[in-house]
Amino acid sequence: MRRGLPSLLILLAALATLASAQTPSFDWPKHVTAGKEFSVETTGNGKAVLYIIGVGQVVGREVTLGGRIVIAADELHNAGHYTAILAGNASEPVDFDVLPQAPESLSFLAKPSRVAVGLHDGISGVAYVFDSFQNLVLAPTDVSFQLSVGGAVQRTISAVTRDGVAWVRLDSAPKAGAAQFDAHVDGIVERRIVQQVPGDPCSVHMSARKAGELIEVETDPLRDCKGNAVPDGTIVTFTERNDGAESTVDAPLKRGIARAELPEHDGAVISVATGVVLGNEIRWRQ
Amino acid sequence: MSLPGSIRRGAIVLGLAFALITPSLCADNQPGVTVANSEVGPRTLEPLTRTAVIRDYLAAWQSLSQAFDRDNSSQLSAAFIGIALNKLSGTIAEQEKLGLRTHYQDLTHHIRLTFYSPEGLSIQLLDNVEYDLQLFDHDKLQATHHVQAQYVAVLTPTEVRWKVRVLQATPE
Repeated sequence: MRRGLPSLLILLAALATLASAQTPSFDWPKHVTAGKEFSVETTGNGKAVLYIIGVGQVVGREVTLGGRIVIAADELHNAGHYTAILAGNASEPVDFDVLPQAPESLSFLAKPSRVAVGLHDGISGVAYVFDSFQNLVLAPTDVSFQLSVGGAVQRTISAVTRDGVAWVRLDSAPKAGAAQFDAHVDGIVERRIVQQVPGDPCSVHMSARKAGELIEVETDPLRDCKGNAVPDGTIVTFTERNDGAESTVDAPLKRGIARAELPEHDGAVISVATGVVLGNEIRWRQ
Repeated sequence: MSLPGSIRRGAIVLGLAFALITPSLCADNQPGVTVANSEVGPRTLEPLTRTAVIRDYLAAWQSLSQAFDRDNSSQLSAAFIGIALNKLSGTIAEQEKLGLRTHYQDLTHHIRLTFYSPEGLSIQLLDNVEYDLQLFDHDKLQATHHVQAQYVAVLTPTEVRWKVRVLQATPE
């Protein structure tokens, strides 16, 4: 009995070692990079089916246990959370993450496409940063937003992404014209064009002269408060009041100037307005 | 301590909305959902918009679950768009090719809205989600696994609802 006990213990230890050697297992990394090759050592012997399961991708293939499983470059390219399962054995499923690569592209949204000049916080830009596999790059990344008009940089703002997104608000430039709104990340540039248009006229002034039986009224060239010409087509309203009667003429700007003809009445008062801007008054004397 | 009127009104509307949603969420196989009362910006998020975003995001998980369970990517388009739709459809195509099916049963969602873009065209949220994953190979159950993960989702408005444009797990 005393001699038998050590033999039994040795036998049990040998069986445990054998069982351990035959139980398949793998040493899976917690993180891998999207689109990069990696390998996993396995124990055990024979064949098994390896499944890699996630909402971004699914892989399933036969592997030989006791060797190295190689996951080829591009075999797992969608970032996210995955579970690796060796089917048909007692090994536990293993969770791991596929991480995005370095930034490769930007999804850049600039709004609006048309904005009045000199508007505080008038332009917004939102940039989502992606890698070459369209994975959202979640690591903080510097994004530089730049607004230029006619090749001259008006404003540059840097922002760091949070969960893959960075954003800015910018004032529109004081000068009208097409502005280039760029977002830069590591040499990647996305450009949008924002048309900066003049604001409302700053003031309106008219003059009047006799034209046969009529009065011809004409504005000076209309400009906004930044000195930009107000666009043609803007409506200017001329109003003539005489003995309680009123006549009104709307005239569009042509080459920055609005013109109209009104009936001639001695003592008539003529006024001019555009939008919310009131201009001068003229009392007409024959 | 008194809350500003707008926050109080928002909390009431959100509370009412979830009171309406909660009975259905408590039914069988419906996940438990909590939404953090966090500040979202830069655009002001109105309570009704917040409710719609959460409703449509949770519906997207249901669409995902059904589509993966049936290997039917056509069920995704009601809730997903763009990159997310392409990637999820690609995964279902891979499953089909391999004779696999996966069943995702989402159990809990802890959602935090983190970003609402200035022009209102995208909204981002983080979701600490727990789900049970079942893998079937030619209809034979191969594994059942409980998963805890954090997802980042970007949703964009469409004609009638918010759709998920990006759905990606964030690393632990």
